[in-house]
Amino acid sequence: MESINVNESIVKNADFTEEIGIESGQPVQKCYQCGKCTAGCPLTFAMDYKPNQVIRMVQLGMKDELLKCQTIWICSNCSTCTTRCPCNVEVAEVMGALRIMAGKSGTTPPGKAKYVEVMYDALLGTVERFGRTYEVGLVMQNNLKSGKLFNNADMGMPMFQRGKLKLLPTKVQGAAEVARIFAEVRKMEGGVK
Amino acid sequence: MRYAYFPGCSYHGTGKEYELSTHAVAKKLGMELVTIPDWSCCGATASHGKSHLLNIALPSRNLGIAEGMGIDEVTTGCAACYQQLANANKKMIENEDLRNKVNSITGKPYKGTLKVKSIVEAIGIVDPETIKSQIVKPLTGLKVACYYGCLLVRPPEITGFDDPENPMFIDNIMKLAGAEALDWAHKTECCGASLGVSNLDVAVRMIDRILAAAVESDADCIAVACPFCHLNLDWHQKSVNRKLRKSYDIPVFYFTELLGLSMGISPDELGFKTHFTDTKKVLSVVG
Amino acid sequence: MAKRIGLFICWCGSNIGGVVDVPRVVEETKNYPGVAFATDYKYMCSEPGQNLIISKVKEHNLDRVVVASCTPMLHEPTFRKAIARAGLNPYMFDMANIREQCSWVHSNDKEAATQKAIALVKRALAKVSQVEPLFESSIPITKKALVVGAGIAGIQVALDIADSGHEVILLERESTIGGNMVKLDKTFPTMDCSACISTPKMVQAAQHPNITIMTYAELVDVQGYIGNFEVTIKQKARFVDHTICTGCGLCTEKCPTKVSSSFELGMGKRKAIYIEFPQAVPNKPVIDPDNCRYLKNGKCGICKKLCPVGAVDFEQKDELIEEKVGAIVIATGYDLIKWEEIYGEYGYGRFKDVITGLQFERLVNASGPTNGLIQRPSDGKEPKTVVFIKCVGSRDEAKAKEYCSRACCMYTAKHAHQVIEKIEGGHAYIFYMDVRTPGKAYDEFYRRTVDEGAQYIRGRVSKIYQSGDKLVVMGADTLLGSAVHIEADLVVLATAMVPTEGSEKIAQLAGVNIDKDGFFIEAHPKLRPVETMTGGVFLAGACQGPKDIPDTVSQASGAAAKVAALLSNDQMATDPMICHIDEKMCSGCLVCKEVCPYKAISEKTITERIAGQPVERIVASVNTGLCQGCGNCTVACRAGAANLKGYTNLQLLSEVDALCR
Repeated sequence: MESINVNESIVKNADFTEEIGIESGQPVQKCYQCGKCTAGCPLTFAMDYKPNQVIRMVQLGMKDELLKCQTIWICSNCSTCTTRCPCNVEVAEVMGALRIMAGKSGTTPPGKAKYVEVMYDALLGTVERFGRTYEVGLVMQNNLKSGKLFNNADMGMPMFQRGKLKLLPTKVQGAAEVARIFAEVRKMEGGVK
Repeated sequence: MRYAYFPGCSYHGTGKEYELSTHAVAKKLGMELVTIPDWSCCGATASHGKSHLLNIALPSRNLGIAEGMGIDEVTTGCAACYQQLANANKKMIENEDLRNKVNSITGKPYKGTLKVKSIVEAIGIVDPETIKSQIVKPLTGLKVACYYGCLLVRPPEITGFDDPENPMFIDNIMKLAGAEALDWAHKTECCGASLGVSNLDVAVRMIDRILAAAVESDADCIAVACPFCHLNLDWHQKSVNRKLRKSYDIPVFYFTELLGLSMGISPDELGFKTHFTDTKKVLSVVG
Repeated sequence: MAKRIGLFICWCGSNIGGVVDVPRVVEETKNYPGVAFATDYKYMCSEPGQNLIISKVKEHNLDRVVVASCTPMLHEPTFRKAIARAGLNPYMFDMANIREQCSWVHSNDKEAATQKAIALVKRALAKVSQVEPLFESSIPITKKALVVGAGIAGIQVALDIADSGHEVILLERESTIGGNMVKLDKTFPTMDCSACISTPKMVQAAQHPNITIMTYAELVDVQGYIGNFEVTIKQKARFVDHTICTGCGLCTEKCPTKVSSSFELGMGKRKAIYIEFPQAVPNKPVIDPDNCRYLKNGKCGICKKLCPVGAVDFEQKDELIEEKVGAIVIATGYDLIKWEEIYGEYGYGRFKDVITGLQFERLVNASGPTNGLIQRPSDGKEPKTVVFIKCVGSRDEAKAKEYCSRACCMYTAKHAHQVIEKIEGGHAYIFYMDVRTPGKAYDEFYRRTVDEGAQYIRGRVSKIYQSGDKLVVMGADTLLGSAVHIEADLVVLATAMVPTEGSEKIAQLAGVNIDKDGFFIEAHPKLRPVETMTGGVFLAGACQGPKDIPDTVSQASGAAAKVAALLSNDQMATDPMICHIDEKMCSGCLVCKEVCPYKAISEKTITERIAGQPVERIVASVNTGLCQGCGNCTVACRAGAANLKGYTNLQLLSEVDALCR
């Protein structure tokens, strides 16, 4: 990593740091980097930046690196970090805010993180259409978009045999209402694909 | 006790056993679960990372419908649905601007008069004597590792009904059912949730940790309270074995299945047949 | 006679002058009725400034003075002494605070600040026009001090006061003096054995002719005020007559009841009749009434049968003892935070091999429950891998205390050093956020420990759990940017220091304040760290805030010096700004007596002549020694008979008039 020009980094991206603070509702400047979040996070083995590093990068305004990293998508929102942070920073909320910002920026998440965004979009796609998730549709769309065509394919048949997978979707009567929610959110905020 | 009941998207599918056993147990305990009519997806898993507004709006539509049912409390089994509903409820009650904004787009305005409880809490607060009176086949000798996962107990500002580090609600219910609830270290470690679908090779590491700890504590089975946890620990046990060269063979139940079993409800009615892990082992322990 | 007021307005450098237009204030107020002389000066409190007042008082024959400057809390005594030197009564004086209450808080609006300053000066001029000379009286001082708490702080205070020639009562609620320091093994940075350096002081205190040690006794009431306190002490029944007991120890040997010892912090046991530790002072036992079989059920009584001198006396009762003292020093020390109630991620105390730093001291102490062998509480085996976690309960605004507990970085380095030194093949890992070593030779001590092989890992620990007979510690190395985990045999938590249980009650009794964390509040954090806002009550040691032994002993000597200064006078001046009852107006309703917080008002019968006949009636009467001038009575008095000298109704009303015009 290049030597970070702190004057530039902090000044140039002051808006970004402030925006994350508002979007997440968290006092990120309070973090004193104790590392308790990283210590308890169950997913650090699959992350590029660790949770405490992510907060540090927010403090330093490192917008580009954060919106392109895997960590914010790999985070499973288990909230262990939130529960144990001694500075009352809800770290999971900061991850969520970064995820939202990354989604709006249109960058494709790198590596494994890509599959997470694909799955989120696939899931929300079925909800928008039917009002409830349609698991088969979700898996098919997920596999197509992720390029892992036979992902979980061997599991599908046994699920179906046990009656735990409906071939056809259930459409809710208020499906139009649910679709409207998506439309209104898109209008108000943009960014929900 | 009457509750407005939110089934959640997995109930009729991958979470079938939870649906069956919850209703069976509720009937025995005199709990009336009235399904919220025309309920829609609460947005679990995906909406939190897409938009704060969507994340509150999707569950709020259901709260708005439930408010019109004349019942004060909402309950649900899925821990993710519980988190979504409880979170939306709290934010809608506390933030008037948000409430107005959300109510303008859901079509089912919500005033903020309901309480949201997980089915774990709803059963957990029933008088122990009432529960005990329904136990006809105590699960004596069954060692259960009660697994709570994440969204049931964290963050405590949203959930709050049980201790986030050493929760005991499911343990206490299992004890009333006659089983031995084990003191083990991974009660609240994340199972990976949706990573089990999007990134299985990441999830198997997390599932492996939990299974290893359960086996180390000498558990006969694991009791869960969330369809995603069940999916990962039950359906994916084979994946863990395959990808990490392990040989786990520990059955995973919804706690309501075990409670129902102790109440004399037949295993088939509870959904024992549709697990991926071998449920017959447990039947042999309890006889 | 016409009043001749001298008005002196201070610039205080730029503190006032940079915001308030001082020359204009002089212009606007110099013609106020009664002002005979007005001027301004840069630093009124300086020597030339004070000399200016004195010379102008004489030159212009002034009979009263107003100084417009800073807060009276800072310099009212200074200026009163100055005008006294000029030959005036020091109470012919008032101050206008145009700094803290004007220029410092309205620095963004100079015009408004100047207008306010003019108003404040006029108020002071109105008040001073109405003042009368007041005269202090004096009361005797009891030349004796009470020290509450006999840890190292209390012992040091007592020794220093006693050496200065005054009597001291050293009060301790446990059965021995010594406090927490005697529980320690070695002390940083010199690694002196704690008992070796504290026990000589304990013995010195016991033998000093000016010190009376009262152990197993508690403070239950405090009345009076500085120089004249009346305290009540409850001597708890020991059930052993210490005047007869020889300390032979036969009773403690034979007692059949074993209970968990709080001295051993739950890691060892003691008997129901016990001496806390071998070097206890006094070295005589007490009986614990909650666990003694005889006192609870009338069974046993073997100690009484065996005692060769018949010192055991089950009939003993608690005794209340009253004492008069002139000064009180609070030295009640600290406890450790009850981490088991807070940190579920560390097991809520369920794991036997997760202990506190103080418990570790007991393990490593040669007279401790394991005779100095570092052993796991669970199975008695020697741990090879010991993990230390700092800041447990400290620097944690979410769940515990926000502050830093000051001594833990050093004692954790000490413990790590002891693990490496005492355990062959032993490993010490320390999870830290910072390493704070501000004292003399402290950082060198820490660096030596690192050189010896202690592994410092920068990061906090998220969770500890049991796996087999090991404890898995999930931490982080933030410098490396990675999660880490260690399988430990023993985990030692450096837990937060909190004020001793019962501190709140002592604060109430002594009339002092405690802060949000329960520590006693000093009069000024920088300039008056050993005094409180209550005259005659002083502080020493960890009861004022977390600290280590060197700082404690320094502070103790500081408190002792203040006490010695107080007690070196035979008399002390009393504040003349006290209540005065106009008996002609007093109806004897005695409402003032009800509201007086110092019990200074009583009823008095006076005889008057009404229409030629002597008539007896009741009026209120103020004890000038007890009255503290709070003014409650003047507010309560419906007739206006009670008036506070220096703040009379007339004076206050004239201030209101001045401000409203």
